[in-house]
Amino acid sequence: MQTHQYDVVIVGAGGAGMRAALESSTRARTAVISKLYPTRSHTGAAQGGMCAALANVEEDNWEWHTFDTVKGGDYLVDQDAAEVMAKEAIDAVLDLEKMGLPFNRTPEGRIDQRRFGGHTRNHGEAAVRRSCYAADRTGHMILQTLYQQCVKQDVEFYNEFYVLDVILTHDLTAGEVPAGEEVAVAGVVAYDLATGEIHVFRAKSVVFATGGAGKIYKTTSNAHTLTGDGMALALRRGIPLEDMEFFQFHPTGLAGLGILLSEAARGEGAILRNSEGERFMERYAPTIKDLAPRDMVARAMANEVREGRGCGPNKDYVLLDLTHLEPAHIDAKLPDITEFARTYLGVEPYTEPVPVYPTAHYAMGGIPTTIDAEVLRSNTDVVRGLFAAGEVACVSVHGSNRLGTNSLLDINVFGKRAGIAAARYAETAPWHEMPDDAATPTVEYIERLRDHATGERIADIRRDLQETMDRNAQVFRTADSLTEALADIAALKKRYRDASVQDKGRRFNTDLMEGVELGFLLDLAEVVVVGALAREESRGGHFREDFPSRDDEKFMQHTMAYLRPGAGGEGTVELDYKPVIVTRYQPMERKY
Amino acid sequence: MTALAETTETSTEAGAVPSFDVTLRIRRFDPDTGAEPRWEEFTVTAHGTDRVLDAMHKVKWEVDGSLTFRRSCAHGICGSDAMRINGRNRLACKTLLKDLDPSKPIVIEPIKGLPVIKDLVVDMEPFFASYREVMPFLITNGNAPTKERLQSPEDRARYDDTTKCILCAACTSSCPVFWTDGQYFGPAAIVNAHRFIFDSRDEGAAQRLEVLNDKEGVWRCRTTFNCSEACPRGIEVTKAIQEVKRAMITRAF
Ligand SMILES: Cc1cc2nc3c(=O)[nH]c(=O)nc-3n(C[C@H](O)[C@H](O)[C@H](O)COP(=O)(O)OP(=O)(O)OC[C@H]3O[C@@H](n4cnc5c(N)ncnc54)[C@H](O)[C@@H]3O)c2cc1C
Ligand code: FES
Repeated sequence: MQTHQYDVVIVGAGGAGMRAALESSTRARTAVISKLYPTRSHTGAAQGGMCAALANVEEDNWEWHTFDTVKGGDYLVDQDAAEVMAKEAIDAVLDLEKMGLPFNRTPEGRIDQRRFGGHTRNHGEAAVRRSCYAADRTGHMILQTLYQQCVKQDVEFYNEFYVLDVILTHDLTAGEVPAGEEVAVAGVVAYDLATGEIHVFRAKSVVFATGGAGKIYKTTSNAHTLTGDGMALALRRGIPLEDMEFFQFHPTGLAGLGILLSEAARGEGAILRNSEGERFMERYAPTIKDLAPRDMVARAMANEVREGRGCGPNKDYVLLDLTHLEPAHIDAKLPDITEFARTYLGVEPYTEPVPVYPTAHYAMGGIPTTIDAEVLRSNTDVVRGLFAAGEVACVSVHGSNRLGTNSLLDINVFGKRAGIAAARYAETAPWHEMPDDAATPTVEYIERLRDHATGERIADIRRDLQETMDRNAQVFRTADSLTEALADIAALKKRYRDASVQDKGRRFNTDLMEGVELGFLLDLAEVVVVGALAREESRGGHFREDFPSRDDEKFMQHTMAYLRPGAGGEGTVELDYKPVIVTRYQPMERKY
Repeated sequence: MTALAETTETSTEAGAVPSFDVTLRIRRFDPDTGAEPRWEEFTVTAHGTDRVLDAMHKVKWEVDGSLTFRRSCAHGICGSDAMRINGRNRLACKTLLKDLDPSKPIVIEPIKGLPVIKDLVVDMEPFFASYREVMPFLITNGNAPTKERLQSPEDRARYDDTTKCILCAACTSSCPVFWTDGQYFGPAAIVNAHRFIFDSRDEGAAQRLEVLNDKEGVWRCRTTFNCSEACPRGIEVTKAIQEVKRAMITRAF
């Protein structure tokens, strides 16, 4: 075992983690721990853009952007946080440009902007050009640019290290902290993939930036490595998770594969059609049609398929039609995603429409934080020194449905805020005791998984989990489907306890790490389903067929899910609720 | 949504390529076991649109969990899974089995020129060290404007190709000069230098060209074009290297 000490430890080297590192490493001694090489992070897969009301190509302002974010999130957004994000968006984009990000340009040489779903002028009048972009590889450019700056600043990385535990001064799992006592972070425990060795990092501040959890579903745009590690680690240590039932299904995944075709395609004019060739979005969102928010488009597509207007031999997808766009325009604006269609489906987008179906894309929920990225351990109290930013966090700027381009924005705005806040806190904060046996639970966990002589394969359990989630907790949900999912997850958790991995070695044991990641997925899937079952309404990304309308009276509040010790060693998920912060906008019906 | 669950099984019919068996012949090595590197064959059933990565996952998830390789995004964007497939460097997640003649074993080895850690996993540190040496970041002197720096679409287009790099090392590890001389910066580092040298906003070209003028720099390139062929992002690597060489002589960029 090795030990280290840093003022600030950042867990995750995607967009949020590196943006935080750029701030914190100039102010405090900082280490970034990442299970992937930084440039392998899934921020690099983001395509369409990052929005900010720069008004470079048409009139726009941050207030309109705030409104769109709140309305897009179906009024579950904390409006103070959305306002911060929309205001700071402008500097966030300019910061990136100054770091060298190669944005596409207008003829005048300014940063170009394009349309994206749910972003409108003057509170819904018409689509507005707000998304700043670099072809259809905006995330790639953000990730590269931030990494380049980290190289320049000589940021210290621990790559291919998996953080497997976070150490707090108090045990929060029982839910009781003596009155007047402050809970603080003491550090993290990590596993070095190359050697199998355990490293304990003592730190005054810890920033979680571990990204999303799309792998709880089978069909997803997320990477194999997006297993919700940070969320699950926090949950296991008694920290609540907020609004986890809200998962975004992106309308246009390549049918059967889930690989994303950015909304930028529709922003540039592509149209969704059913088997009758009908532009069906005209029926669902007469004003902005194909550019309605994702939850609405995804449901519309699923509904077309359900009602028998799907395409293909099994009538199980719809078509994204780009054939009326100029090939040169497609090549200039959408080169990567059209190549995905060619490579993976053998479809030529110049001349043939592309088969698409909704794909699990984005976790709106996550670790609850304040607007300074401090982690909340209850509706009101924070864990001192613990921060979270990016997809792992829930500020909440996305409410029940995130608008396209608002996540690349989120990771930059709140990544920066987290980095500054973490370093500032570390300046004056005391060191907290790191118990001698801090690593024991982690060591026991991985040894049990590795040393089980025989047992079921991890992959089989994971597949069954992903299948039940796709079947029962996807675009359409009911009490029955969710109850079934919950029963399945309970059974899978039992199987997981007796699972084993084949690779018994210490060196680069990815088999073992997949086993650990499955444990995270199982915990998170349960939280998603328990929250979804309790939320007897439909809002944003969460649609209950048995409760098809929004119920502001009962449910205009955030879900706060806690894992409490239960019978037989398995925890049980308990729910509480937290009020939504409303400043300017009273809830209205969401029409587009 | 049952519709979705079924999609995965049946969408392969869209391309009308039926299921078939493939044999993967994989180079295995785990220094901890003390055994010498060896070849091992696995036969799995694949579907029409499966990629090499899918077949490798099948082996790992259903046959031998100890088979070790890196991967993350699974669609050619993160750069984790460059490997030598039938003698050519490619990304496993972007190489369709049906394009490889599945009637013969598909030969899979780690990329060359970097130390093997285990099976297909190599130590990427020497590769990233060369990358860092070319100062792969925007260098500017003096005052930044309050708003964005202006750049015309034409100036932006000048370096577009080299911004696509995902640092997978397919190019560098396909280069015969790199195989024999691990000190050579390699094509990827030069590509990333190019990305800044030809960026109209950058003022560090002279410094970078100095670095690349080193005896382990661009002049070692023998224009064998392996790198351009290997690049999974379609970057014209050799052209970029030629442009850097030219800039070195003419000092025009
Ligand atoms: C295909 C696709 C396209 C998208 N397009 C857009 C878009 O156009 N616009 C937009 O706004 N949003 C888009 N999004 C969403 C957006 O890209 C993501 O939400 C965002 O990039 C997440 O960034 P992050 O920094 O939070 O996480 P990631 O970039 O996922 O980084 C997570 C980091 O955490 C590390 N990590 C995870 N677990 C551990 C652990 N246990 N120990 C140590 N390290 C760990 C990983 O190594 C990684 O470095 C898209 C998403 C996808 C999937
Ligand atoms: S897994 Fe990301 S490039 Fe292949």
